Amino acid sequence: MALDRWIALVLLSICLLYGYVAWFTMDASLAPFMQRKPIWPSTFPKILSIFGIGLSLVILLGFEKSDDTVGEIDYRRLTDYKLGQAILMLALMVAYALCLRSLGFLGSTTAFLVLGSFILGERKFHIMLPISLTTAVVVWYLVQEVLGIFLRPLPFFMGV
Amino acid sequence: MLEGILIGLQTALSLQNLLMVIGGCLIGTFIGMLPGLGPMSIIAIMIPVAISLGDPSAALILLAGVYYGAIFGGSTSSILLNAPGVAGTVASSFDGYPMARQGKAGKALTIAAIASFAGGTIGAILLMIFAPMLSSVALLFHSAEYFGLMIVGLSAIAAFAGNGQVAKALLMTVLGLIMATVGLGSLFNMPRFTGGVMELQSGFGFVTLAMAMFALPEAIFLVLKPKNIGDDGGEIKDLRITRAEARSIAPVIGRQSVQGFFIGVLPGAGATIASFLGYAVERNLATKDEQEEFGKGSIKGLAAPETANNAACTGSFVPLLTLGIPGSGTTAILLGALIALNVTPGPRLMIDDPQIFWAVIMSMFIGNLVLLILNLPLIPYIAKVLAIPRNYLIPFIMFFTLMGAYIGQNNATELLLLVGFGICGIALKFANFPLPPLLIGFILGGMMEDNFARAVQLYGGISFIWERPMTLGLLIIAMTLIFLPSIRAMYARLRATGAADGD
Repeated sequence: MALDRWIALVLLSICLLYGYVAWFTMDASLAPFMQRKPIWPSTFPKILSIFGIGLSLVILLGFEKSDDTVGEIDYRRLTDYKLGQAILMLALMVAYALCLRSLGFLGSTTAFLVLGSFILGERKFHIMLPISLTTAVVVWYLVQEVLGIFLRPLPFFMGV
Repeated sequence: MLEGILIGLQTALSLQNLLMVIGGCLIGTFIGMLPGLGPMSIIAIMIPVAISLGDPSAALILLAGVYYGAIFGGSTSSILLNAPGVAGTVASSFDGYPMARQGKAGKALTIAAIASFAGGTIGAILLMIFAPMLSSVALLFHSAEYFGLMIVGLSAIAAFAGNGQVAKALLMTVLGLIMATVGLGSLFNMPRFTGGVMELQSGFGFVTLAMAMFALPEAIFLVLKPKNIGDDGGEIKDLRITRAEARSIAPVIGRQSVQGFFIGVLPGAGATIASFLGYAVERNLATKDEQEEFGKGSIKGLAAPETANNAACTGSFVPLLTLGIPGSGTTAILLGALIALNVTPGPRLMIDDPQIFWAVIMSMFIGNLVLLILNLPLIPYIAKVLAIPRNYLIPFIMFFTLMGAYIGQNNATELLLLVGFGICGIALKFANFPLPPLLIGFILGGMMEDNFARAVQLYGGISFIWERPMTLGLLIIAMTLIFLPSIRAMYARLRATGAADGD
């Protein structure tokens, strides 16, 4: 089974779950005065779930001829590409998200940028470090001081 | 009107106000270039500055300058990085980014600048003529028609984005609409589909989704398959557009300025619908050979959404200035600023404060001119972004997607959502599912449900669909748009087998 039909299967199950919530569980908590209205919070989702289920079935059952043209990247031969680097970059983003609060913005951003270019094969630390540090400080200044959005600059054990 | 124009020029050409326009355009362009910061957030940031000026015309002129600058800056990041920070410039990346990849980044930016200038200027002329008249037309559109109009917009996008795979594109649209229903709806005071997760109460962030569907897969694809981005980006060749190219995009610019302006006038429609509809319409009008080019770096495909979104931005001032109803999120923020400055926009504005009304219109001309003059010489420097080595550029793109998601929601959980959606986006991209319909469905979903709910409440049911001829007409157009490609494909198949030829 081709990937697009697998995805259609996943989307079908999402739509079924969504439809189940919309049709059977959502209206239970509806206040009595809301029930007299012609439209309920679940009305629009109910319609959407029908369309979603129908359309994913069309793709899953292959009613629409799927084109087998290979896009930019052929997913059947993923290992031919730099899969490791891509997965590491994604993992690095997750790590950044988790460390942002505890490690502070300046530290985690500098680490992210340096490690990111390290993963991609850059080894010139004397360029990477200053660039990353400058970016981190400039962006922090813009976001915190100019825009007024709080970003903890330093690790949690050093001040705010 | 002449008197008004003169009053406006007198106000707009004062030294202070000229500085406001120039400063606003510059700030807007540079901040707008950062993916994730759209005009709405930049204007929101500038409001304290504008209010402290104390002069309503100067404040409105500054904010309007920021608005145009941000839209232009947003196109720049769409074209160069395929990371649209604003919904209105998503369509510009369809053809602008392929052009940049072919080493025509300079030309793409020039076309964008010229198209924006033309769209904005023609829009301002139309605003001057139609502002008083159009207020009555906009009132004819009820929620039922808005609902119909959005259905038409979504079907048009699905029909044209899928490259013949209409079911896939429609499924993506429906998925976008489904995602828009997560969180607290404005009409019903209850959280829906949050699964009890607190962070989902406010729904998914638009910027997060946009980053996850466009910028992140693009960056990962660059990691997977290194192709020298900086290949031709360093030297910007053929910055100028040839006479033949100018001749081919001139009618596009003409049509789209008018169409974009009128779409912008309708509250709620705005630059996003205008740019997508403009793209779709121009693709349909183009000749067979040119249609093939669309999506692969067609100059027409770039000029159309660029013109339309600028004209629509100008158009969105019409309901604000004449009715006091903001047509978009951005004009809603402007409305807030005006009220803070003790000016009440509405039908009385032209009578009570003519100098504000006309000064804003005049400053639109000046602002567009300033943008063109500032940006054309700056293009080679802006396009230098592409010359940054890949090893540095990719972590930076990823960092900006993360920052965009964080600034939008101010919440570290959003970053995890970003990566999660990004992985989904990559999988969908592998399987040739078109992603723009998903994002557009998501943007329009909330508005569409609100208008649908309002129409249902007014009519006590769905009878508005057949009782209002305009709604019915719009829905029929939508059906035609969806089924036409499949019927055409079926005919082609039948003819190929010789079945349809039997007479």
